[in-house]
Amino acid sequence: MKKALLAFGLSSALLGGSAAWAQEATAVDAPNSPVTVVTTQTTPSDPIPVVTESMSSVEAAEPEAVLDTGDTAWILISTALVLLMTIPGLALFYAGMVRKKNVLSTMAHSFVAAAVVSITWIAVGYSLAFGDGNAFIGNLDKVMLAGITTETLSGSIPEILFVIFQMTFAIITVAIISGSIAERMKFGAFVAFIAIWSVVVYAPITHWVWGGGWLGNDGALDFAGGTVVHINSGVAGLVAAYMLGKRMGLGRESMAPHNLTLTVLGASLLWVGWFGFNGGSALGANGSAGYALVVTQVAAAAATLSWLVTEKIVRGKASVLGGASGAVAGLVVITPAAGFVTVGGALSMGLIGGVVCFWGITALKRMLKADDSLDAFGLHGVGGIVGAILTAFFASEFIMGDAVPTNLMHQLWVQVEGVLATVAYSAVLTFIILKVLDMTIGIRVASDDERMGLDLSQHGERVD
Amino acid sequence: MKLVTAIVKPFKLDDVREALSEIGVQGITVTEVKGFGRQKGHTELYRGAEYVVDFLPKVKIEIAISDEMVEPVIESITRVASTGKIGDGKIFVTNLEQVIRIRTGETGADAV
Repeated sequence: MKKALLAFGLSSALLGGSAAWAQEATAVDAPNSPVTVVTTQTTPSDPIPVVTESMSSVEAAEPEAVLDTGDTAWILISTALVLLMTIPGLALFYAGMVRKKNVLSTMAHSFVAAAVVSITWIAVGYSLAFGDGNAFIGNLDKVMLAGITTETLSGSIPEILFVIFQMTFAIITVAIISGSIAERMKFGAFVAFIAIWSVVVYAPITHWVWGGGWLGNDGALDFAGGTVVHINSGVAGLVAAYMLGKRMGLGRESMAPHNLTLTVLGASLLWVGWFGFNGGSALGANGSAGYALVVTQVAAAAATLSWLVTEKIVRGKASVLGGASGAVAGLVVITPAAGFVTVGGALSMGLIGGVVCFWGITALKRMLKADDSLDAFGLHGVGGIVGAILTAFFASEFIMGDAVPTNLMHQLWVQVEGVLATVAYSAVLTFIILKVLDMTIGIRVASDDERMGLDLSQHGERVD
Repeated sequence: MKLVTAIVKPFKLDDVREALSEIGVQGITVTEVKGFGRQKGHTELYRGAEYVVDFLPKVKIEIAISDEMVEPVIESITRVASTGKIGDGKIFVTNLEQVIRIRTGETGADAV
C-alpha cells in the first residue's frame, strides 16, 4: 500500500513537473524567437481554395439532410473500432479467463458472433430495429437493406454506414453473452441461440430505445447502449447461466484463468475501441463526440482505480484482473451517459461503477447462485443498470442544453422503466429460446466432453 | 548400480548440475514436477473466487550411477540444494536392475 502511494505520488510529481516545465519552455521561447513576417503573393492564376466541409455543415442546419464527410469519416473509423472490440477485444478478454482446454471455444464464441450476427442484421435485424413500424418493432421494409443506396442518408452520414455501425453493436451484445455460458455450452446450440436472439431480442429492444419505439419516445436516455447492449446481454447471460447449470467441479476444482495476459490485452482493446462505441454514438465528428471520448476515458480510469482500491481493502491485494475488470465496469457504466454528462459526472459515475460492479461479481454473484462464468451479468448487467439510473442524476444542462430533462423524478422513472422492460423482455425471451433449443438439440455438452474440454470436444482442436 | 532421485527447489537446478559435474557425474535427467511436503502453498484470487494452491513447483533430478558414487552424489546434492528453509526437498536411492546404453549396446557398469 505504501509502495503504491509512493509510486503514485512520484509519478504525479514527475507529470506535474514536466507539465510545468513544458509551459515554462513555451513561455521562454516566445520573446526570444525572431518575429518573421511571411507574405504570400497571390497571383491571379492561384485558385482560392473552397472549403467544402464548413459549407456542408452550414447546409446541414437546414431541414434537408446533406452528407458531411467529416461525420462520415469518423463513423467509418468508429465502426472499425467497435468491431475490434469484439474481434479480438472481447475474444481475448474472455479467453484468458477460462481454462486452457476451453480457450479456443471461448474465442470461437466471439468470432462466430461476428459471423452470425452480420448475416442476421442485414437480413432482417436492421429492418426490425430501425425500420418504420410501431412502438414495439420495426417493419420489414428494409429486409436485405432494400431501398438503401450508396446515396441514401441517415442524418449527415450514409444510411448504409449507419447500418454497419449498428451491426457492430449487435455483434458485441451477442458476444458479451458468451461470458456467462463459457466452458459448457454446445457450439451448435450457441450458434442457433445467437441467430435467433439477435433477431427476436436485440432488434426489438434496439427499436424501443433508438429506432423510434416507445422507450425513446418516453424520453429514456441511452447514449450508446447501456440498456440496449449491456443490461440486455447481462440479463440474457444470467438466464443462460441458470439454464445451463454450473460447470462440473465448480467450488472443488480449480477454474483459475489460464492466461491473464490475454485478458489484459483484450481489456485494452475494449478500452480503446470504446472510443468508437461512445464517441461514434455522437454520429458526428464534433464536440459531442470529443466530449464523449473524454467522459469515457475518465469513467474508465476512475472505475479502474476505485476497483483496485476496493479490492486492496477487501482482499488484501489489488489484482491485474481487477484493474482490467474495473476499466470495463467504468466503460459500461458511462455508456448510457456518454453524451449527457460532464467530466465531473463521469468521474463520479466511474468511481461508483467500479465499487458497485466489484460488489456485483463478488457478494451479488454469491447471492444469485448462478455460474455466470465470466461475469457478463456482474459487469455488464449491473454496470448497465447503475449507468442507466445514474444518467438521470448526472444528465447535465451544461452538455445537453435545452434537451436536458427538467424533472429528475420523472427522468429517473423513465430510466427505471427502461431497465425493468429490458430485464423482463430479455429474460423471458432468452428463457424461451434456450428452453426450445434444449428440448430439441440440447444446450449443454455431455459430461465427458466437458471434462475433455470444449476445444477438443466441440472443435477437434487443442492449444498445447 | 543405483538410481538417485532428488527433488529440489527449481532455482537450485543449476547449482546441483555444476556440483554433480565436478564429481564426475556425466548424465542426469530432469523433470519439472509439483508437490508438497511440509511447505505451505499460496492463495490466488480471481474476481469472486479464491483458490488455495497446495502444489509447489519442484524439479526432479534422476541420476543412474555406480554404487561407489552414491555417497559423493548425496553429499554434493545435499550441500548445494539446501537453503535451510522448509521445502528444500528429498533424495531417494533405489536399486537399478539393469542399465543399457542404446547407441553401443553396453550394459551394466559400462553403461552408467
